[in-house]
Amino acid sequence: MGRYLIGRLGQSVVVLFLVSLIGFMILNLAPGGPLSQFALTPGMSQADIQRLAVQMGLDRPLIVQYIDWLGRLLRGDWGESFRDGRPVLAIIVEHLWATLLLMGTSMAISIVVGTLVGIAGAIRRYSIFDYLATVGAMVALSIPTFWFGLVAIYLFALKLAWLPAGNMITIGDGSVLDYLHHLVMPALVLALVNVAIWSRYMRSSTLDVLHQDFVRTARAKGLPRYRVLVHHIVRNALLPMITLGGLQLPTILGGALVAETVFTWPGMGRLFLDSIGYSDYPVVMGILMLSAIFVLLGNLLADLLVALADPRVRLA
Amino acid sequence: MTAPALIARELCVSFHKAGGSVQVIHDVCFEIAPGETLALVGESGSGKSVTSMALMRLLGKANRVSLSGQVLLPGASDGDFVDLLAVDDHAIRRLRGRRIAMIFQEPLTALNPVQRIGAQIAEAVRFHGGCSRRAARARALELLEQVGIPEPRSRLDSYPHELSGGMRQRVVIAIALAMEPEVLIADEPTTALDVTVQAQILALLKQLQRDNGMAMLFITHDFGVVSEVADRVAVMYAGRVVEEGAVGAVLERPLMPYTAGLLASVPKLELAGLPGAPLATIEGSVPDPARLPEGCSFHPRCREYRPGICDGAVPPLADLPGARRIRCARAGEWIASEESSHAD
Repeated sequence: MGRYLIGRLGQSVVVLFLVSLIGFMILNLAPGGPLSQFALTPGMSQADIQRLAVQMGLDRPLIVQYIDWLGRLLRGDWGESFRDGRPVLAIIVEHLWATLLLMGTSMAISIVVGTLVGIAGAIRRYSIFDYLATVGAMVALSIPTFWFGLVAIYLFALKLAWLPAGNMITIGDGSVLDYLHHLVMPALVLALVNVAIWSRYMRSSTLDVLHQDFVRTARAKGLPRYRVLVHHIVRNALLPMITLGGLQLPTILGGALVAETVFTWPGMGRLFLDSIGYSDYPVVMGILMLSAIFVLLGNLLADLLVALADPRVRLA
Repeated sequence: MTAPALIARELCVSFHKAGGSVQVIHDVCFEIAPGETLALVGESGSGKSVTSMALMRLLGKANRVSLSGQVLLPGASDGDFVDLLAVDDHAIRRLRGRRIAMIFQEPLTALNPVQRIGAQIAEAVRFHGGCSRRAARARALELLEQVGIPEPRSRLDSYPHELSGGMRQRVVIAIALAMEPEVLIADEPTTALDVTVQAQILALLKQLQRDNGMAMLFITHDFGVVSEVADRVAVMYAGRVVEEGAVGAVLERPLMPYTAGLLASVPKLELAGLPGAPLATIEGSVPDPARLPEGCSFHPRCREYRPGICDGAVPPLADLPGARRIRCARAGEWIASEESSHAD
């Protein structure tokens, strides 16, 4: 177990290094760059821009810039934003919790509802409910989130005026109730796609288990129906879901670019998009590294949980 | 004669699919006395497993499968019976495992992979006996000892994948025996096992049967196993019982040509270098239940086929002396020749 963890962490360090190197290079090779926004500023001379470049360290060779950035990162210094000079980590943390709130809520809804819908569809296969759930999932998966978002805003914010159209709080309010009020629509719209994904996976996983011999053994014992369902069918059908959860964990952090934009939610997705727009490389790199860490952590966590839940799996 | 522990009367099973329904089991009748073993024999697809599952109503939902006939266990008073096919879903669950239990062909997949074996056995006790977890666990330990698992105490907390196939089959047997059922259905319990392990499991089942006085329905396609465990044998073909009788009588003098063909196709142990008889086979294969031949279902493959006699109506299961029954259009001829051979 200890050796396994050390091995996995070693692999992760290599992956993180490669992500940082490739990310840094691609970002800097892209046309434009942090200084291009000043090029058209009136009264800005070429010499001024050159001075800025020296000040920001952008005049040095790319490899030197990279080593400098990496060295600071290893010492815990994520750098400062090109845009407003604030520490990158502080900016990310500000946006992170908004995203965690939105994505966490939406993910929790998706997992619970999706799993239940999947189980019900499998044990009542080809019933009206199963057909409706299947068709519903196909619709939710094939229509883009922004469209659902716009329709929801039109209906619930404009026509019915039940819910706010965007933002996280009403300025001057900020009570828990106010947060929840703003959370409902984006969380549900985001959950729509994930409910569809989880229900499809859970349905097929349950169907796989339903006809296994050990389920017949459980029935032949004369167990009550719920006992067969919960302890024998669902218990086994959930195993592959752990891996799916691990794969989806990073999206909690990455945020939802589209949904955050539609609902003007001040999360990581929008921060990432804005930072790219401003060529704010330190922030972009920070988000990139954090996302990579989350992907690796999610996978590791999923593998550990699978080993915990399934006695046949050995970590080696 | 003691009252039978299990009676199947005119058991019929049909599967419903999009294209219509197909009857796969036709009028299966048999009785098993306490302590007796009836072997149900036939090729793959002859309906023996479906029959065994139908007895316990394990085949699936009512909209996909329909069962008719009767499956009777003795009731509360003498001469009274419980019909497993007539009781409601709750009642059948109370009977399953408690009065009629089943062991399966594949010990590798018959156990829940993520549940400890002690828990899987205790579960069978707990929901019928209404006893505490502790008592159920004690009973599980006792059962593991009874089915001959070494170091039973430490095995209680093992997972199925940590046990060999033979050991897992012993666990499956322990689960079936948990409530000391009157009837045990064994659906090819040794097919998936090594020969030496097979012999151990058969010996165990016979010993447990002696101890508990269970009636056993033993499903197999292996006549070696039949002669080893069974008192009587019923041969199935295309969803019908075609011959039934005491094991010795049927194996020595099969009357129905299908039984004779099956017995002839059992490989005999030959010494190397000595000329052995070529292995007999039955031409063709078991018919599709949706397109059974007219008359006797076996006639297209039968060596004794007579046009006009065999392809008319489905022959009845005729009673013969010595508690023997055969379903053959030419039954009269076989009985006559049997009698004349006795007279010689």
